[in-house]
Amino acid sequence: MAPRIGIAGIGHCRFGNSSDYDLVDVIAYSANDALYDAGGLALRKQVDQVFVGNMAGGMFNHVTSAASALVSRMDMEPCPAELIENGPASGASAIKMGYMAIAAGMADVVLVAAGEVMRSVSGWEATNIVATMSHTEAEYNMGLTLPGFAGMFTRLYMEKYGMTERDLALVAVKDHANGALNKYAHVQLPVTIEAIADGPEANIVNNYIAEPLRMYSTCPITDGSAAVILVNMDSPKAKLFTKKPIMRIAGIGSATDTHCVHNRKDPLVLDAVRLSSQMAYKMAGIGPKDISFAELHDAFVIFELLNSEECGFFERGKSFIGVRNHETDIGGRIPINPSGGLKAKGHPVGATGVSQVVELVRQLRGEAEEGRQVKDPKYGMAVNFGGFGNNVITTIVAKD
Amino acid sequence: MAVDQLEMKLRPPAAEMASYPSKLITLASGEKMVVRECTHKDVGALLGTVYPLLAVSKDYYDIVAARMYSEILGWFRYRVANEFVIVGAINGEIAGIVTSRHVKEGEGMSLHTLTIKRGLRVGAQLFAAKMEHHIEYLKENEVHIVAESPIGFKRWMIEYELEDRSAQYPGLRHELGGVPTFTLTRKLWDAIKAVKCTGTRPVPAELLKTAEKLTMPNEYVQLPGWKREG
Repeated sequence: MAPRIGIAGIGHCRFGNSSDYDLVDVIAYSANDALYDAGGLALRKQVDQVFVGNMAGGMFNHVTSAASALVSRMDMEPCPAELIENGPASGASAIKMGYMAIAAGMADVVLVAAGEVMRSVSGWEATNIVATMSHTEAEYNMGLTLPGFAGMFTRLYMEKYGMTERDLALVAVKDHANGALNKYAHVQLPVTIEAIADGPEANIVNNYIAEPLRMYSTCPITDGSAAVILVNMDSPKAKLFTKKPIMRIAGIGSATDTHCVHNRKDPLVLDAVRLSSQMAYKMAGIGPKDISFAELHDAFVIFELLNSEECGFFERGKSFIGVRNHETDIGGRIPINPSGGLKAKGHPVGATGVSQVVELVRQLRGEAEEGRQVKDPKYGMAVNFGGFGNNVITTIVAKD
Repeated sequence: MAVDQLEMKLRPPAAEMASYPSKLITLASGEKMVVRECTHKDVGALLGTVYPLLAVSKDYYDIVAARMYSEILGWFRYRVANEFVIVGAINGEIAGIVTSRHVKEGEGMSLHTLTIKRGLRVGAQLFAAKMEHHIEYLKENEVHIVAESPIGFKRWMIEYELEDRSAQYPGLRHELGGVPTFTLTRKLWDAIKAVKCTGTRPVPAELLKTAEKLTMPNEYVQLPGWKREG
């Protein structure tokens, strides 16, 4: 039987523009922050394994082998360290690897740190680099970018379920309201529905990026890092981590789907999200109704809606109705993206999965800022996308 | 020769120029930005707003601030011909400034765009206002434009699909030096203005009044920790 595995420390930098900094320094910032949070920098000597999540440091920053560099930068040699790359799900994958290392008995304390510095290149180049995760011949070489893909995806959903562009804007208004209160968010700016959807200037203030997706339907290009300290709660080493209550990882699930989106029977069905969430629910012994709040991968706001359906929070095609009814607000039935989500908090691709789990822990500890703290949460859930829904990791964290 | 006569000899000739009608834009944050043409009484607030950004190298704020400072000063002291300055103000506080120049009948020269309040497309709105003034009110057919930052190149050259006139150098060259010159033509403007230029006119009197006396920002996101003294 696997030991109980929990999160004893969390670290996070302010997301935004870190292009003046070295990628490894950006990751080290959050790793140090997590060690401080867990009890102090000296605890780094207790770490048995380091996993680093990063998607494209080789392309964005001309930096490879970031895990090797990190342990050296943090004076942690000879601790084993590996780099985990799984597209924008690299962060959640790194946490999963950390969990597996402890569950396998190969480690009792694992540092998982993840980061990405994307603004070192132009916005076009960043979009181009991210697009390399699509199918080379069928998608990338045809000029398809992730915003282009998401635009077509959104149009399909609108035509099938009757969602409007205004519904997309309502998601953005909610996410930005949360992000405005999050000290780590890239865009700490509330937006109004009048300004981005209803008003006479909305068409230009909230301009099209890839019709029907507009500027406020898409995440910004963001730099940043996040880190967690995983511990075997049943090991003697756990007694070293007493500064903060340890939050237990109750469930992890992951699944893949076809690389080519056109090979899916229904492009609007995200099998990997549904299957990974079902695995996580099963491992945790709970269901959607037990989840207190969720951080869902909303690189484009349509994903927040789709994910919330695949995770079982809403019937298929009904999630935008829930947004209209404020069911996903902080005080609603199932608060979604209390951090501001990728939309407002930002999406430094390789770091996002760890950042989401940091938010779960902040909420479960009751450490979120006033106005965006979910009331008495017990279970938090994070869904991290790699690719266009083709490689998904779901993590459930519990407050016991 | 009397000083004032000498001064008149130093000043450039001035063409008759239509004024730019003020407009109102609701930004994504819900804040109301009044866009209006500046007069000489605004010069203190304009220069005081630009000055701190001379120290910001990121995103080429230093070079844009330095050049804009001299353009505003040149406009105020009559050393630039037919220049105009347009400002975006939120509750009177300057959110962005653009400078530009009417060259001759049918031809304009875009100078600089400086965004103070970032993340709300203030610069994009003010650049569009500047082009609107050139083409709709000054009745120009071509406006020459250069970019001094990658952000500017993306916003203007790419998004407006400007004509690349750099092959005409040195016959056609922008006043800001030998950097490649691009041109917005009336035809391009007519094709794109519906998705680039916005604003409501007339501005309600109470909002226009808020922008009468411009104020300088006390803090800048470009200068973390900096606060205006006094």
